[in-house]
Amino acid sequence: MTFGAIAFLSPWLLIAGLALPILIWLLRAIPPAPIRQRFPGITLLLGLRDKDSTPDRTPWWLLLLRAVAIGAAILAFAEPVLNPSDRVAGRGALLIGMDASWASAQSWQMRKDKVENLLNEAEQDNRPVMVVKWTDTPTSDFENGFSAASNWIDRLQSFHPNSWEPNYDQWLDIVTNLEASQIIWFSDGINRSDRAAFLNRLTSLADVSIVQSDTNVVALSPITVQDGALNTTLTRIHSDTMDNVRLSAIGPDPTGITRKLGSVDVVFDAGNAQSLGVVELPIELRNRVTQVSIDDVNSAGSVVLGDDSLRRRKVALFGSDRASEASALLSELHYLRNALQPTTEVIETELSEALVANPEVIVFADIGELNETETQDIQTWIEQGGTLLRFAGPNLISSGIGQSENHPLLPVRLRSGGRSVGGAMSWGEPRKLQDFAKESPFFGLKIPDDVDVNSQVMAQPDPDLAARVIASLDDGTPLVTSQNIGQGRVVLFHVTSSTKWSNLPLSGLFVQMLERLAITAKTSAVTSSDVAGTIWTPTHVLDAYGALGETQSASGVSGELLAAGQLGPELQPGIYTNADRAIALNVIQTDRQITSATWPIGTNLLSLSPSSERALKAEFLQFAFVLLLIDVFATLVLSGRLRGARSGQIAVIALLCVISANSKSFAQSDEDGALFAANNTVLAYVITGDARVDEVSHSGLDGLSAELYLRTNIEPVPPVGVVLGNDDLSLYPFLYWPITDKHQALSIDAVASLNQYLRNGGFIMFDTRDGNQSGAIGRSTPNGRKLQQIARRLDIPRLEPIPTDHVLTRAFYLLQVFPGRYIGPDVWVEAAPENAEQVEGIPFRNLNDGVTPVLIGANDWAASWAITESGRFKYPVGRGANGERQREFAIRFGVNVLMYVMTGNYKSDQVHVPALLDRLGQ
Amino acid sequence: MNDEQIITPAHLRADAGQLAAGFPALLARAQHLVASLNLGSHGRKRAGVGDEFWQYRPAISGDSRSAIDWRRSARTDAQFIRQMEWQSAQTVHFWVDSGASMDFSSDANLETKSSLATVLALALAILLSRAGERVGLLSDPRPAKSGESQIQKIAQTLAAIGEKSDYAYPPQKALPNGSRAILISDFMGEWEPLVRAISKTADQNVSGCLVQVLDPTELSFPFKGRVIFESMKSSLNFETLRANSLRDEYIQKLAERQDALRTLARKSGWRYYTHNTDSAVQSAFLWLYNATEQGAAR
Repeated sequence: MTFGAIAFLSPWLLIAGLALPILIWLLRAIPPAPIRQRFPGITLLLGLRDKDSTPDRTPWWLLLLRAVAIGAAILAFAEPVLNPSDRVAGRGALLIGMDASWASAQSWQMRKDKVENLLNEAEQDNRPVMVVKWTDTPTSDFENGFSAASNWIDRLQSFHPNSWEPNYDQWLDIVTNLEASQIIWFSDGINRSDRAAFLNRLTSLADVSIVQSDTNVVALSPITVQDGALNTTLTRIHSDTMDNVRLSAIGPDPTGITRKLGSVDVVFDAGNAQSLGVVELPIELRNRVTQVSIDDVNSAGSVVLGDDSLRRRKVALFGSDRASEASALLSELHYLRNALQPTTEVIETELSEALVANPEVIVFADIGELNETETQDIQTWIEQGGTLLRFAGPNLISSGIGQSENHPLLPVRLRSGGRSVGGAMSWGEPRKLQDFAKESPFFGLKIPDDVDVNSQVMAQPDPDLAARVIASLDDGTPLVTSQNIGQGRVVLFHVTSSTKWSNLPLSGLFVQMLERLAITAKTSAVTSSDVAGTIWTPTHVLDAYGALGETQSASGVSGELLAAGQLGPELQPGIYTNADRAIALNVIQTDRQITSATWPIGTNLLSLSPSSERALKAEFLQFAFVLLLIDVFATLVLSGRLRGARSGQIAVIALLCVISANSKSFAQSDEDGALFAANNTVLAYVITGDARVDEVSHSGLDGLSAELYLRTNIEPVPPVGVVLGNDDLSLYPFLYWPITDKHQALSIDAVASLNQYLRNGGFIMFDTRDGNQSGAIGRSTPNGRKLQQIARRLDIPRLEPIPTDHVLTRAFYLLQVFPGRYIGPDVWVEAAPENAEQVEGIPFRNLNDGVTPVLIGANDWAASWAITESGRFKYPVGRGANGERQREFAIRFGVNVLMYVMTGNYKSDQVHVPALLDRLGQ
Repeated sequence: MNDEQIITPAHLRADAGQLAAGFPALLARAQHLVASLNLGSHGRKRAGVGDEFWQYRPAISGDSRSAIDWRRSARTDAQFIRQMEWQSAQTVHFWVDSGASMDFSSDANLETKSSLATVLALALAILLSRAGERVGLLSDPRPAKSGESQIQKIAQTLAAIGEKSDYAYPPQKALPNGSRAILISDFMGEWEPLVRAISKTADQNVSGCLVQVLDPTELSFPFKGRVIFESMKSSLNFETLRANSLRDEYIQKLAERQDALRTLARKSGWRYYTHNTDSAVQSAFLWLYNATEQGAAR
């Protein structure tokens, strides 16, 4: 039952309210209970008579007080709830099915909270529960999965969305055996063709409620390159309002650090579900783009990965006929130009100039011998990763290169003279192409019937010829040969690039072959013919939150599966590579339209919004209790049992009991805070959002500040917490960053500000706080994994465990151990430069530069420093005297770190070496 | 409080002794009553039995030879007899109400009426005894005596007073002519027996004081609402629904009784005093001291 914002969970109890008038009447009718009073003067009273026979009535205000108190109690027991959310009541087994797709990722925490709510309710009602992700592959014993809700609450923490979408068809038959009385379906809000059927099936089984988020889902279509700009179509599922998102192109900068290369605001007009995002970048930057994503949205749908298709290689074309007057169609370069131009930057200039432009590919169409320096230059260029693509022709043959010996710019030795088949002056038919061998990069390409070859240059049948042939004619003679030289390669088409010797340049196969050679990029979606028969290995996999992670052990997938594009556990979105080619498999494929899921009328829809539901029972009961207290007090006063000064005392005590003053306000404007931080030494810590961790960080830095004040000239003021991406980090020399697995992914701005902080001399102390005993930081613990996830996006240099001669070991105290609450494994700092040398007679290497910007450990330092307000240590460290010693060393380490932060490598200065030597007794 | 308080003779004497310490020895004004034969330290301004020298007189026939003061007679030719001043002692009897009604105090910080009355009586007894008067209790059939041992006995008797009924009345005892009686009570008992008992005591040619000890609540009647009043032994009870409406009537009835007591006292030449337990006990003591010193205003 609902009244405005208040609902009652046990409304039938409100009937008791009918009894209120009766109660009031009774209270009025019955005189207050008599006091028994011993009184010697009673003899004087005997014979007296009450003048007024009506009893001393309960006064009206006391009656009102009691009525309100009892009313409040009745309301309280009817369990009033403010802003009631949908409370799912019911009996019997409860199935919670989740569309744990990328579209849920953005609101995953809300979903999890909601599920937890439901589980808590189910636990109270003692219902068996099962939580299922529709994105998982169904198991055969699915229907036996019901268990107590408390089990699921524990397991829920490890539930994460997947980057693919659910396949309801898979589940359609599996769920038929289900014995559930209620199904709650967490929809991700996206419509799918098989959804209606699945809903029907579920509805036929049990009572179905749908939970849907109000969060808009925005998805990016794969990137296309048009007129040199990156285009992607943004689609959203709720199109009623105007909306504005920021689209960023992200890729490595010249130093290899991933950063925002460009961004653009995209506006959705009200009513428009789609909008086009165009990121215009100079080609140098555009070639670096690895992904385009929407800022501050953690969803795989808001990330679109780029692959070879984004890259426009620079191709330098050289033909023998540049000066000839021949018709364009006969030109050696005409077909090449046409094939290359759409997807590459074609350079046609002098060879020396072309090399300065550093093209990825150089094409020689029927070019013979070059002079010695040119040969040398090109050879060097190949070895550094260039691809030299050569086409045969009369000039090549007549120049006679590579015929008597291996030529550095040819993959195979050639035989003098060409071979002509099927021409007017020769025997036999024109030759067809043989199907590509499995090892060939062309494997799987469909060979059109009408491609035939009239002439070719023949290769010398050297022993290693077979290994270098990647395409051949149906008589086994080589058509294309290839040899790797250094990091590059030389590829020779044994026919001309014009139609003189074959009609291959006219066919689509020619373009496909160039594509396979990674010379041109594919311009459209992957088709099965492109990739048929190949095995593709995922190198990077996109998770549901839109983070691209490297994979180590993922097994390869076949090209057909890749082309089919049916994402699932076996085919996760990400980057797939095969030899030199890379294909990005995005969550949203070209021409996929996402639309909002609509549900049939009558479907029970629940809201996902975090329930601001507040049970008011406690408040009502409290209110009633306070009233009853007042009533007790008033009754005592009225009946004369409470007289004089004592009533005052009781009133004060009662008031103190009722009122608990708990107000604590800190109000300081940002500017004041910044000024304060700039004028003082302030230690800072990262606010993680986990209140307990933040509290430990704060009291830890408080303790360290106090110790610094006692022991050193550093006199810090109380520490502050900073919100990443929000606060100006440049004010703080030292940032303590405890890692919790609850960290939200960093926003782009946060990453940018952190990187700037690190580059400009900031210092971050990462602490995974788990005392990771397994040795290496990362992977083995949840916090370690989280740290890796964070650190991947930061500008962190190469690390090494603190070497024994590191400045940190002698910045203030001489230390070789760095304990916190744990005496963990190594603590990592920036690796010393390779050329650091040890000078004779000095125990330390010359490490004068490179103050480490980060320090990474797992020893939970803050907890060992933490003090209470009264200055006592908050958390135990170790046991007994050893523990005290460990704490002392933890504090000394903290002092050293701060000294190091403040003074840099000052202690590495050789001036102090003699004194240090003296102290070290060397 | 009264139940918890241990009243032992030693306690009581200590309390009473303390109270008596601040006063000069009280000499009860001797009354020149012919019939009184009791010897005491009060000179009668005439020759008689006593310790103080009064006069020498010439011996006449009939005087016992042993009565002749030979040292005086040796200075002259006549025989002289040494006469002492006739001294008489006052007899003071106390009655402390032993009824349960006395055993009441409205507040834990206030003394019960009975303890106050007991201390008051004993203090006066000590003071009188020191002055050589004879003291006794009305409830004690033995004659009044003076001296430390008598004080001990009185203290023991007072401490041993148990509550028997709600209200008690002064017992009858044959009192020496011209002696005094001090009755300490709340005088809350029934009026008729009370008047009878007091009159009988007063009729024996005895002067005295009525001291009425009252609790503050008995004076002000601060009750409200529905109250069931009970006597201390629950023999009487009275219920009212609106106690506050009875206050005026109660106070009026109390005043009437006090007037009646005062009238009764005046008729028999007694004096009457009301003491409130929340005022200082010294005031009551001082009043009693004065009243005893000056004697009954006849």
